[in-house]
Amino acid sequence: MSDPTIHDPAFNFAYLDEQTKRMIRRSILKAVAIPGYQVPFASREMPLPYGWGTGGLQLTCALIGLDDVLKVIDQGADDTTNAVNIRRFIARTTGVQTTTQTTEATLIQTRHRIPETPLKAGQILVFQVPQPEPMFRLEPRETERRRMHAMADYGLMQVRLYEDIARHGRVATTYDYPVMVEDRYLMSPSPIPKFDVPKLDQSPALMLFGAGREKRIHALPPFTRVEPLDFDDYPFERQRWDSACALCGSRESFLDEMIMDDAGARQFICSDTDWCGAQ
Amino acid sequence: MYVAVKGGERAIDAADQWVRTRRRGDRALAELTVAQIQAQLHRSVARVMAEGALFDPQLAALAIKQAAGDLVEAAFLLRAYRTTLPRLADSLPVDTAQMRIERRISATFKEVPGGQILGPTIDYGQRLLDFSLLEDETSSDALAPVAKSIPTRSIPGDGLATAPPRVTELMSRDGLLEAEQPAEGDPEPADLTREPLRFPAARPLRLQALARGDEGYLLGLGYSTQRGYAHTHPFVGELRVGRVEVSVVAPELGFAVVLGEVELTECQMINQFAGSDEAPPMFTRGYGLVFGQGERKSIAMALVDRALRATELGEPETAPAQDQEFVLSHCDNLEASGFVQHLKLPHHVDFQSELELLRRLRADHGARES
Repeated sequence: MSDPTIHDPAFNFAYLDEQTKRMIRRSILKAVAIPGYQVPFASREMPLPYGWGTGGLQLTCALIGLDDVLKVIDQGADDTTNAVNIRRFIARTTGVQTTTQTTEATLIQTRHRIPETPLKAGQILVFQVPQPEPMFRLEPRETERRRMHAMADYGLMQVRLYEDIARHGRVATTYDYPVMVEDRYLMSPSPIPKFDVPKLDQSPALMLFGAGREKRIHALPPFTRVEPLDFDDYPFERQRWDSACALCGSRESFLDEMIMDDAGARQFICSDTDWCGAQ
Repeated sequence: MYVAVKGGERAIDAADQWVRTRRRGDRALAELTVAQIQAQLHRSVARVMAEGALFDPQLAALAIKQAAGDLVEAAFLLRAYRTTLPRLADSLPVDTAQMRIERRISATFKEVPGGQILGPTIDYGQRLLDFSLLEDETSSDALAPVAKSIPTRSIPGDGLATAPPRVTELMSRDGLLEAEQPAEGDPEPADLTREPLRFPAARPLRLQALARGDEGYLLGLGYSTQRGYAHTHPFVGELRVGRVEVSVVAPELGFAVVLGEVELTECQMINQFAGSDEAPPMFTRGYGLVFGQGERKSIAMALVDRALRATELGEPETAPAQDQEFVLSHCDNLEASGFVQHLKLPHHVDFQSELELLRRLRADHGARES
């Protein structure tokens, strides 16, 4: 765990003013009360560009308290540039302790991954979400999509998956895989790989999804039933690798592929750096 | 070990330092001051204030300096700063009829009450590079007498007892031009900065979004309406540039107090309209209002505003500029710039997933072929 940075007094604790935090917390409560439903919120401009985690950042800033321990990951790693930048920003504006260890953290902000270490009750996982609407490629109009959600009219998505199977023999969605929440709302899990989708189901941790640019929050309270969309004869499949991690030898984690030399030699290593180090 | 996207804190600090060095440029030259930017690059300052949605010329100039002249980035800096400011009060609506006018023209009448006032404009000069600007001011004093021959305030506003009436007001008296009336019951307009944009969006909300929208985007969309994509038969009824007072009612006083002035450009577009099932034939309106001298943007905004009224006026919706979800969801350059550039962030987890799928699909394909 790192030493806490001194909170920069030029900014309010966690950057946002208290009214804004309250507005975001109320939206979070509503999202938790209706799992999988996208709650509109008055997203603010943050000192980070839209699309770089402003939604997740606003959730984190609205929730974080002095006794929290924060972990920030991007693509599973604590040391990717944007994760470093976000962690430094929150540390600077709050002075809270930060960590790279999943088990130590009370609040984890993530982009595109769920840690391999199973989460515990009491932990909060905040996802950065570029596009909260699972059907945006199928129906660009929000007015129409609202109607579809209201009526749980998700045939369009089923047809799309069916077309994949008809054309390719398998579902060709590998990340941001559409899931059904408690048999009611179709939800985007954010662009996490298919590999991480089973971790959403019945998780003891609270999962919050913030889309700053699109101004929506959605949530999975602990122990929510989350099922990937599939067919009886074409059940959901997780990704798998033929290799093991070249660093820790793990065969059960998501592996990133590295190109090692000009000849194109490949190596696979864990995307979750904390997990890899602990093996 | 793979280091391409794993920057770490030292690399980020070094990158930041490099940006600062580059911004400063050649140290043999004097440093650009914020006051110089504010005074001499006032058109940039105006654009940054408009898209940054904050009227503060000094901070806008600071943002331009910090962004090394990147105006979209400067608007972003200003907006991020705006987030930290508490909302103290709402001003009373500004009255552009009472504008202290610097420039005011109408394209619909040769002469209008109050006169055509050219003001500071490049519209009727030739766009020739002025090589005298290469010289320092001291050595090009030839310009000075010309400048001096122009009285500092020959313009009305200061001189005129009353501001000239709006051209559109003169026209709407005889019913040829639609009256501008608040919606039934004059409801409080929604506030884009306090509530997320939802569709369908009423006109006040649309105008708020357009006023802070990207100038280039609105220019392109407005232009498209002139080229057959939702033609709106526009005429510039009036374009006025000047200063208006901003006042608030202080609760403890109970009356309005003037806080200061903001510079605005207002475009009242008059559009021919043949009538539909919903409305009789009449001239209709499009409206543009931006901070600073922003004529290009205010005209483009008025074109787009009018195009977006298609539903209300019962016109067929066929063009991008008429589609409010399309127009409003994409007009904010902070959102657009951020999301377009987020493609620079690492995506190797998603890409890995696609790679794995593609290999499997190719293997399936190979198996079928053989």
